[in-house]
Amino acid sequence: MRGHFANWTAAAMAGIVGAGLSLASPSAAADDTIKVGVLHSLSGTMAISETTLKDTMLFLIEEQNKKGGLLGKKLEAVVVDPASDWPLFAEKARQLIEQDKVAAVFGCWTSSSRKSVLPVFEELNSLLFYPVQYEGEESQRNVFYTGAAPNQQAIPAVDYLMNEEGVQRWVLAGTDYVYPQTTNKILQAYLQSKGVAAEDIMVNYTPFGHSDWQTIVSDIKKFGSTGKKTAVVSTINGDANVPFYKELGNQGIKAEDIPVVAFSVGEEELAGLDTAPLVGHLAAWNYFQSVDSPANAEFISAWKGYTKNDKRVTNDPMEAHVIGFNMWLKAVEKAGTTDPDAVIDAIVGVSVPNLSGGFSTMMPNHHITKPVLIGEIQADGQFETVWQTAGLVVGDEWSDYLPDSKDLIADWRAPMSCGNFNVATGKCGGKGTTN
Amino acid sequence: MQFVRGLVLAIAVICASLPSLAHADEAGLRALLTRLATTTNFQETESVVRDLAATGEPAVERILSALADGNLYVRKSDQGVFTGKEDGQTLSLSDPLDGTAAGTAAKADIVKVKVNNALRRTIRDVMGGLTLGSADPTVRLSAASTMLKRPDKTALPALDAAIAGETDATVKAALAQARAAAVLVSDLGEAEKRAAIAVLANRGDSDALAQLTAFQAASTGALAETAARSVAQIETSMAAWQVAQNVWYGISLGSVLLLAAIGLAITFGVMGVINMAHGEMVMLGAYTTFVVQQAIRAFAPDLFDWSLAIALPAAFLVAGGVGLAIERGMIRFLYGRPLETLLATWGVSLILQQAVRTIFGPTNQEVGAPSWMAGAFQLGQLTITWSRLWIVLFCLAVFLLLVFIMKRTSWGLRMRAVTQNRRMAASMGIRTPWVDAFTFALGSGIAGIAGVALSQIDNVSPNFGQGYIIDSFMVVVFGGVGNLWGTFIGAMTLGVLNKFLEPYAGAVLGKILVLVLIILFIQKRPRGLFALKGRAVEA
Repeated sequence: MRGHFANWTAAAMAGIVGAGLSLASPSAAADDTIKVGVLHSLSGTMAISETTLKDTMLFLIEEQNKKGGLLGKKLEAVVVDPASDWPLFAEKARQLIEQDKVAAVFGCWTSSSRKSVLPVFEELNSLLFYPVQYEGEESQRNVFYTGAAPNQQAIPAVDYLMNEEGVQRWVLAGTDYVYPQTTNKILQAYLQSKGVAAEDIMVNYTPFGHSDWQTIVSDIKKFGSTGKKTAVVSTINGDANVPFYKELGNQGIKAEDIPVVAFSVGEEELAGLDTAPLVGHLAAWNYFQSVDSPANAEFISAWKGYTKNDKRVTNDPMEAHVIGFNMWLKAVEKAGTTDPDAVIDAIVGVSVPNLSGGFSTMMPNHHITKPVLIGEIQADGQFETVWQTAGLVVGDEWSDYLPDSKDLIADWRAPMSCGNFNVATGKCGGKGTTN
Repeated sequence: MQFVRGLVLAIAVICASLPSLAHADEAGLRALLTRLATTTNFQETESVVRDLAATGEPAVERILSALADGNLYVRKSDQGVFTGKEDGQTLSLSDPLDGTAAGTAAKADIVKVKVNNALRRTIRDVMGGLTLGSADPTVRLSAASTMLKRPDKTALPALDAAIAGETDATVKAALAQARAAAVLVSDLGEAEKRAAIAVLANRGDSDALAQLTAFQAASTGALAETAARSVAQIETSMAAWQVAQNVWYGISLGSVLLLAAIGLAITFGVMGVINMAHGEMVMLGAYTTFVVQQAIRAFAPDLFDWSLAIALPAAFLVAGGVGLAIERGMIRFLYGRPLETLLATWGVSLILQQAVRTIFGPTNQEVGAPSWMAGAFQLGQLTITWSRLWIVLFCLAVFLLLVFIMKRTSWGLRMRAVTQNRRMAASMGIRTPWVDAFTFALGSGIAGIAGVALSQIDNVSPNFGQGYIIDSFMVVVFGGVGNLWGTFIGAMTLGVLNKFLEPYAGAVLGKILVLVLIILFIQKRPRGLFALKGRAVEA
């Protein structure tokens, strides 16, 4: 029985690889191009978020080719569709690196998909630029994290609510998977370190795509009616957000009474919503479309021109890809080659303009520096920045608030070259060791 | 006695000051407005807001509400402050004090005066005092409820004056409650406070509870005991309302389940076709609603409140038409081969999803709510949202219509005849292939109109149908395959059960528990709640 199955799988693999080859063959002849892999789901549940990032990459590559390409060669995008299927991400990553011989891959959204491709990138020694805010607790030699770590999003947002809004009671609501759980664990530890009592924190998890929010919203309302100022910190992901906000609006929870700060709701997600009842609810990101800077205005108008759609919005993960792509270009130019080892050495310290008017730098831990912005939802579906960090914040891969990661640091420069160096024991290795 | 005298004095002061306020010079307000143009942070803006409110001028209300709504702008050229109304790429400006038009400005030439939550809250609080005398009773009511939530002892004289002049009974009661909350935080005597506790205990909702709990914590002795008794009393009554609330939420969830499952009750329940593309029929209905709304927005914006009514027949025809095509083109070749049907319809569901994704894009589409579906109303301590109420009613109407078609029309009779004994029905002259086709189309069409209703509470994306397919099969199997009433009872039972488990077990565990219970139940009664008896079972 097992043998049969193995045969089947082998046949299927052969088919997939064959299909990959036939797709790639017309371009394989052209040796004067540098290939860039785009690994984003174009079908399945995550297509809603990831399709835009695929478009962003095609847009960036086209723009770069207009400027003359890279190292005198044209760039060429190789787009694959991992179909929101985590094991398929690994398969497609392998195909991109082995068959298509791409110089770098830009892709993934969910942490599950990232975890699925990590061993592939390590084994085949290639580069992945990961553009989404995530839970941290990871640093890998072949991966560059251009989205926010928890200290670049969650912690400043909580600080803002605590200091500016005087929040004393906290609802941590999230979807039941690794990103919200880790983030909430960090936040709980952080809040308790700030003297918030355990009974003033309510943690709530819901399944993916949860659509009936009546009970939870009324629980939040009750939790918030004790006289102490209450706020909701939402790590609710994807599709579940729209019914959640609709229920908030319907039950009359106003942002002035119980503000909701979200880490996964951006301009794209609000596009499917009537935001008039939601004015004042918050989001924490490193970029908003409404940011007033010349670089941003230029980017938005070029993006709208490229998509030929005046209503297309921009969002934070898009900016992360812009930064990541430009960093890669600069590092390749610096190294004079697309060889992964040379790029990994060259990219640390590379600094490129971000869209909010400043510069972002790649740090030795493969995370980048970013400003943190807190925005309030406006009636037109945009965010208005109400607060931002004075300077840039360095992404902290190992949280200082979790007992088993507070002693860890990552530094991929020689001679340390370690993703989980324990400063207490002075040894490389510990939590997160992959081998 | 002394208090009454103070009260009279306060009223007299207020009355005396009114005419003089109306004459207060405009220049003062203008100066404050200019300060607004130069504020650099929210704290400065807030101090201007407080100063504006302190003038007590009626025009302040207009300025502050424009500020709260984000309609106050500063012109870059001369630092003039205006209220702006969006008009395409430009804004039409008007004077914030008297409302006279002041020309237009391009968006690049003006800056919005920024507001945040804290500022909006401040504005709402100071407006509470300003709008107590509004001519509109709903404005007075909202002023009263704001003052109840954020009691302020200095507002007591204003409240007393407002109560004395109030004619509307509801507003008067709300004002009295707001006054009671203010009394609890004031330095008034024990008797006053005891009366205030009674007033709030009578209100008996979470707002009153919040005030009483805060008071109980801050006071000692007999008063604290009285407050504690009232708190306990409110908590008991709220617990009872909690049960009612769970029942309502359960019915509401049940009606959503029923709407999603009711089409499947026909295609799977009556015809026995395992239709994995059922969820996509619901999705097509939701997308039809979106298209209808887009058309209405473009051509007849006045009809927007009717958009759902117009979308209903359209969704029925679209989903029914697609259902008919699927039956004629595929399923009719697969009758009696459930596994092939399952795989083929699953393929159809993927094709439909990707087709919609290609046409409309992968992102959510905005389906607006007609004005009569937005918001909520109070029934005792229950908050009932209009959208949920309409969905429950709509679901009942669809269900009864379907029962009527199945049980009281000749078409329904033929449908039942064919599904119970195909060969006998054929011998009687019924054209069974067409009955199959139209039954499947009916089931799909019903799924389509379910999509119209569900588009109001869920997000309209290509994955829309996926979320409902498992629940739908669960309901139909649990209720008893082939029995419409079974589907009804099944949906409501699962809805209520889910909502009673959720507060204790959480949403994730609650869902798992429900699934486990259903598995155990199916072990005991493999044919569901209401099993069909007789020959149909053998077919």
